[in-house]
Amino acid sequence: MNRLTWAFADGWTVTRREVTHWTSNPGTLVAGLLFSVMIVLLFAYLLGGGIEVPGGDYREFLMPGMFALTMVFGLEGTFTAISTDASKGVTDRFRSLPMASSAVVSGRAAADMLTSALSLAALIICGLAIGWSADNGFGNALAAVGLLLWLRFSLLWMGIWLGLKIHNPEAVMAIQILVWPIGFLSSAITSPETMPGWLGVIADWNPLSSTAAAARELFGNPGWANDTWAAAHAVELALVWPLVITAIFAPLSVRAYRNLSR
Amino acid sequence: MTYTIEAHGLVKRYGARAALDGFDLTVPAGTVHGLLGPNGAGKTTAVRVLTTLLRPDAGTARVAGFDVVRDGGEVRRRIGLVGQHAALDEALSGRANLEMFGRLSHLRPQAAAQRARELLDRFGLADTGKKVVKAYSGGMRRRLDLAAGLILSPPVLFLDEPTTGLDPRGRAEVWAAVRDLVSQGTTVLLTTQYLEEADQLAHRITVVNEGRQVAEGTPEELKKTVGGDRVEIVLHDPADLPAAAALLGPDAEADTDTRRVSAPAPDRMGTLTRVVQDLQAAGIAADDVAIRRPTLDEVFLHLTRTAA
Repeated sequence: MNRLTWAFADGWTVTRREVTHWTSNPGTLVAGLLFSVMIVLLFAYLLGGGIEVPGGDYREFLMPGMFALTMVFGLEGTFTAISTDASKGVTDRFRSLPMASSAVVSGRAAADMLTSALSLAALIICGLAIGWSADNGFGNALAAVGLLLWLRFSLLWMGIWLGLKIHNPEAVMAIQILVWPIGFLSSAITSPETMPGWLGVIADWNPLSSTAAAARELFGNPGWANDTWAAAHAVELALVWPLVITAIFAPLSVRAYRNLSR
Repeated sequence: MTYTIEAHGLVKRYGARAALDGFDLTVPAGTVHGLLGPNGAGKTTAVRVLTTLLRPDAGTARVAGFDVVRDGGEVRRRIGLVGQHAALDEALSGRANLEMFGRLSHLRPQAAAQRARELLDRFGLADTGKKVVKAYSGGMRRRLDLAAGLILSPPVLFLDEPTTGLDPRGRAEVWAAVRDLVSQGTTVLLTTQYLEEADQLAHRITVVNEGRQVAEGTPEELKKTVGGDRVEIVLHDPADLPAAAALLGPDAEADTDTRRVSAPAPDRMGTLTRVVQDLQAAGIAADDVAIRRPTLDEVFLHLTRTAA
């Protein structure tokens, strides 16, 4: 086998490790999926009653936001996995093996994309069960799923970079404290118009809002009027934002990985 | 003479601090070499450079005939690394860990499975191979970690404080495994803070302090550097100390707190016999009389006592 084939084979071995985690310890996976579902139910039934969405049901508005939010929360998983491996010396063991060095990162990336795709599938089923639906054709629904995973892909690099920089899995607490406000300061749960002026502007430009709004548009779900530039160009921004994030954090991650030998 | 591990003038700086400051090391094939030194002496940094995990700022190193900087890939094909932490996936079984590392060492699936079975057997983990590592004891983890370092039967094995944090039983298990490996021709570089460990396992020892080699030799040679054997008497009654010291001659040293008197014993058994007879003749009761060799502890303290 040549170098490229080995790079794929090694990446797949690292990815398969994650899949083995699911089968050997399904509890963690199930708990993660149930958590997302619980958040959906919380908003849909406990808080959502007080929110009125023009031209539709709050639950239909909520689901694309939840899909996008779940993609953002995936960042914590990437961070924890990368920093645990680094702090336990597993990364060093990988680096002392004759394996392709790209596999440590590519294998993790593929594993996390698989996990996120699985969570997304679980949430879609949950959404369908509580009355959400994609009303804009199969092609557009597929494009929406693509944009959601595209956001997740960009956050992989942020998670890998943070995990390599902060060699302490416990720091996930600090990341959660940051991720949650960023997650909620968006159009995921409610319209930025309902927020105080400047907060609304930030929420409007939050990459998460763009992906959520784009997913609403493509799924044909109701939303508030698109009277800001960012809201009117949600699909474009949902393509561009993750590209920007990737362009920043992918090179940073590669550099942080190379710097392990410094 | 050709050496399996050879380092010349290695330097590794972190800001103003030099973790390695002109570090030299030579290890002949098929031997266990101990790297001994206090915390922060540069032992782990040296291992990380030799296993290609860190690039040195200056100096050269060759392992198994290949330069660690230029031919890192070739070096990695010939080494095993067992670091300070048990570098294992806790959520996987012992067997799954070994199979994963085997696959990543580019063994075919069947070969990786076969090798995992062999290693589990060899390290007494055959029965627990299916359990997740989280459920393993400290000693079992260490043995599995050691097994993971041996997947390719590497000619050179690096053990970085392999028994830190283990109870005496776990330590004995790891020692037995290391001896077994060496009997099959593996070259081992072992870092440790435990002098007993270096004494038990290492053919030769390099004492490291502040990023540099401060002494090198067999355990016996190093012990000789702090002086020869001494005869030591533990008295029953501290009141006899002056009399006992007088019996031992002008070089005697007395310690009231421990009721001990000691003096050089140049002709070992002769000195011992004479001292016992003299004690009896003088009517001095002793709890213990023995010939004592300097311990590696004394060597260590002697060599690493820094001006600071």
